Amino acid sequence: MAGVDAFVRWRYRLVPDHIVGEILSKRWADNLIPFLFLLATILVFGANIRDFYTIGYLSDATRQLGEFLLVVIGMVIVMLGGGIDLSVGSTFALANIVTLIAMNVLGWPVWLALLATLVVNGMVGLMNGVLIGYLRMRAFLTTLVTLIMIRAVVDILLLKYSVPISGASVTSALWDYVGDGTLLGLPFSFVVALAIAAITHVFLSRSRPGWHVAAIGGSRRSAYNIGIPVRRTVCMTYVLSGMLCGIAGFLFAARLGGAGADTGVGLDLQALTAAVLGGNSLGGGRGSVAKGALGAVIVLIVINGLVRLGFQSGATSMVLGLILLMAVSIDVRWFKNRHKVLSKVYVSPMFFRLPPRPSTLPDSASPYALNDKLRDVEVIGLDRIEGPEDVILDRDDNLYCGSRHGDIVKFFGPDHQRSEIFAHIGGHPLGMAFDRAGHLQVCVGGMGLYAVSPAGEVRKMTDETNRSPRSIIDDARVRFADDVDIAPDGRIFFSEASIRYESQDWAVDGVECRPNGRVICYDPRNGTTRTVLRNIRLANGICMASDGQSLLLNETWACRVLRYWFDGPKAGKVEVVLDGLPGYPDNVNRASDGNYWLALVGMRTPVLDLALRKPGFRRRMARRIPMDEWLFPNINTGCIVKFDEQGNILDALWDLGGQNHPMITSMREHRGHLYIGGIYNNRIGKYRIPGADRNWTAQDHYWGPAR
Amino acid sequence: MKGWLFRRAHFSQERIVLAITIALFVLFSATLNRFLTSANLLSLLQSVSVLGILGVGMAIVVIGRGIDLSIVAIMAIPVAWVLYMMNQGVPVPAAFALGLGFSVAIGVLNGLFIAYVEVPALFATLATGAFVYGFGRSQLFNQDIIYLPASASWIAAVGRMHVAQVPIAVVFFAAISLAGFLVLRYTKIGRFFYLIGENYLAARITGIPARPMIVIQYVLSSLVAFIAGTLTAAAVTSMNTRVVNSTLIYDVILVVVVGGIGLSGGKGGIRNVIIGTLLIGILLDGMTILDVRYTLQNLIKSIILLVAILVDSIVNPRDEQTDQQGDI
Repeated sequence: MAGVDAFVRWRYRLVPDHIVGEILSKRWADNLIPFLFLLATILVFGANIRDFYTIGYLSDATRQLGEFLLVVIGMVIVMLGGGIDLSVGSTFALANIVTLIAMNVLGWPVWLALLATLVVNGMVGLMNGVLIGYLRMRAFLTTLVTLIMIRAVVDILLLKYSVPISGASVTSALWDYVGDGTLLGLPFSFVVALAIAAITHVFLSRSRPGWHVAAIGGSRRSAYNIGIPVRRTVCMTYVLSGMLCGIAGFLFAARLGGAGADTGVGLDLQALTAAVLGGNSLGGGRGSVAKGALGAVIVLIVINGLVRLGFQSGATSMVLGLILLMAVSIDVRWFKNRHKVLSKVYVSPMFFRLPPRPSTLPDSASPYALNDKLRDVEVIGLDRIEGPEDVILDRDDNLYCGSRHGDIVKFFGPDHQRSEIFAHIGGHPLGMAFDRAGHLQVCVGGMGLYAVSPAGEVRKMTDETNRSPRSIIDDARVRFADDVDIAPDGRIFFSEASIRYESQDWAVDGVECRPNGRVICYDPRNGTTRTVLRNIRLANGICMASDGQSLLLNETWACRVLRYWFDGPKAGKVEVVLDGLPGYPDNVNRASDGNYWLALVGMRTPVLDLALRKPGFRRRMARRIPMDEWLFPNINTGCIVKFDEQGNILDALWDLGGQNHPMITSMREHRGHLYIGGIYNNRIGKYRIPGADRNWTAQDHYWGPAR
Repeated sequence: MKGWLFRRAHFSQERIVLAITIALFVLFSATLNRFLTSANLLSLLQSVSVLGILGVGMAIVVIGRGIDLSIVAIMAIPVAWVLYMMNQGVPVPAAFALGLGFSVAIGVLNGLFIAYVEVPALFATLATGAFVYGFGRSQLFNQDIIYLPASASWIAAVGRMHVAQVPIAVVFFAAISLAGFLVLRYTKIGRFFYLIGENYLAARITGIPARPMIVIQYVLSSLVAFIAGTLTAAAVTSMNTRVVNSTLIYDVILVVVVGGIGLSGGKGGIRNVIIGTLLIGILLDGMTILDVRYTLQNLIKSIILLVAILVDSIVNPRDEQTDQQGDI
């Protein structure tokens, strides 16, 4: 069995299962499938076409790509806003013929021809935009109709002007340069397309109107309800699309200089295929210029490749139809099931072997033996508070606790009957500590480290630390700050329970039992935040040790208390103070006699201990059954333990029937009493410690008497 | 007395279109001296009967809140394949069975993608249309136009047949319209189409087999398209596959939408298809007699279609609060 265990341990240590889920949770994961498709396309056609990788072929292809990319960008903008523009092919043809009429027939200068083209196509886009944006007609059919309309107009123009266009010749160096010239070794049209792509990318991802487009595509109703000008923005997307087609048609005219009946025919299907293939979502809200460019390259390679390989004329249509069908199917299914896949693969348990559980039986000689000491505690604030994870007292005997509603509640001393909301932070306050000046430092789940002044003003201290280069998920943002204590020199050390889970999912982190926790140091003297210790199995309670150079840290899922030196000769070292606890340690705080109080939030069970050695079992559990039925750590019974820095257990306080304090997450000693908090409790307990110093307060003891 | 004017029954699109149709008919009858002759009217009917038949197929799908953009490809390619096989010496029944099987297979493919993969109908049928055309042109045969072989001239004879002076195509249009009417009005499947089109989720929750019904819709529209293609081939003794890239598909949508079958589904019936077909037929015939150029005819038709969709969107307005996300 030991051999099997060792194998399993190394298997889960060496294979980084969690990476799959983390990659899937990234937005750029959407681009992976199109990217792989692009590689496959290049390999297939590169192997079959002889001069595929040569300069001549590439330069020819990039010239076409420039024009096609502009059309696709227009399509992407429209699709991001939840619409579709099928008229791009006809609009492109219209731009082509308008440019040629302006250049060849009317003899206008190049800039005037461009302007005329942009105006004409902008008007066409405006027509689409007014019909779809303001009159709220259905985009697909409306643009389908404008497709025929504009095609009819193009045909009429062709009948009238095709002879004069082909008869005239333009002598303009600029015109030739637009058609044939190169800039920095790249075809001019391609450079133009790249520049416009970059501008559009910034517009869509960094500007307010661009965000409005994505917001409308994501949820038209919500966008309307929060006051985004839906109609105007939708209209604008079609105008932009029309104008981009105008530039593309202008470049096409400069390159080929001829107008035919088949100009731009089928371009709508190609552009649509490119946009969807790149991963731009039908129905809007999800898309980018980069995705469109990816799709455009693939489609162009396929079309050109099929022609070069000598397939029949219908083959392009067949392959494009097939690709479109496949791309749309993948898009629809992926969009629908992504979060399901993610929730199935994100949880990736690891092997972990806990030391044997010590006995807690009442008549055993164990230091953890069950007793009834907490049965008769005095109850404070019953049913007036929800979720006091941590409690703390100031020098004036006032009691503070966090609440589920995002408040810090203050109970006035000495009797703690009257209460007020001391400060509203917004997130659930977890660990708390007073600094030298009497400001309350609070870890807020989901928000970071906050400070509350004695007057109740809330100030953000930090919510960001250094990004570790090899982490896939963004571990710069502090998402689960848990407990805090302050070094004598003022540096604030706080634990972040997990970098992979939000605070409401702490139990899932326990199922995973992966070292996701860390300790972060915020230095108020220069405002820096650094991660100082990583790979903790749920980093929880923090308390400065007596030497002022180290801190005690609870590693909850490993059921042990660590001691970490941040200063002095042993700086950077970690030692285990207490190992093999019978339960899961939560917060740790100082006691009046120089020892420490430790809260065990729940007790270990043989089943979960065994499950921790069976990561495959836990993974199957996470994938196959609903979360309600998972095997979770028990948090219904807990106790308080007193220990010293050498790791000796001195006392244990229990509530045997679980009447007053079934679960305990924190406790503070103050003037001979112990105040007890629990994250799911509706009360605070007050326990009189026999023989304790009646004048001892944590503030005076640590920071010295008040001046 | 404003109430009766704006009451829905009096203000429906169907009545407006009917009124316009009658007005146009009267106008053309009065102004064009070649219009009101029985020969012209019969040729008018014959020219639009294929369009009308396709309209019936489209109507079945649109009532179920779908759309079939591949209907013209299904009309052209399987029939062209049938002709090609006949030219190659395949027996006529076998060729027809294969062609029919091909079109049904496309209908099933459409239905599966739309009902089970949940691809929007517009895109699924757009893609299958392109696929079928390309597949036919590149894999099944290599010509644009496939002619009816001389050995099967009896088919052409059937195409020229008249039943009591009425061309066979018009008879088929009438028969298919009647069949469509009976299916939609009196069969369980037909009622299910309406319910699915009205509210897909509610229909599914009620226990209607919504997904199989959608597959059946597209199979029916494929079958209708195959019949329309066969009639066309019989009439002109050939099949021109370039029709796929023509504007015929927009004419079909025009017939359905102008007739008053809302694209949001659940409304309308075969009567609307007939009214729409008559309007388009009268319009095209009148323009042809007036010698309007083909490109201009396209422009006029598309403007009418645009107005029709606009009226549809005003009569059945979209609501920002209840609009379906991604319903483009």
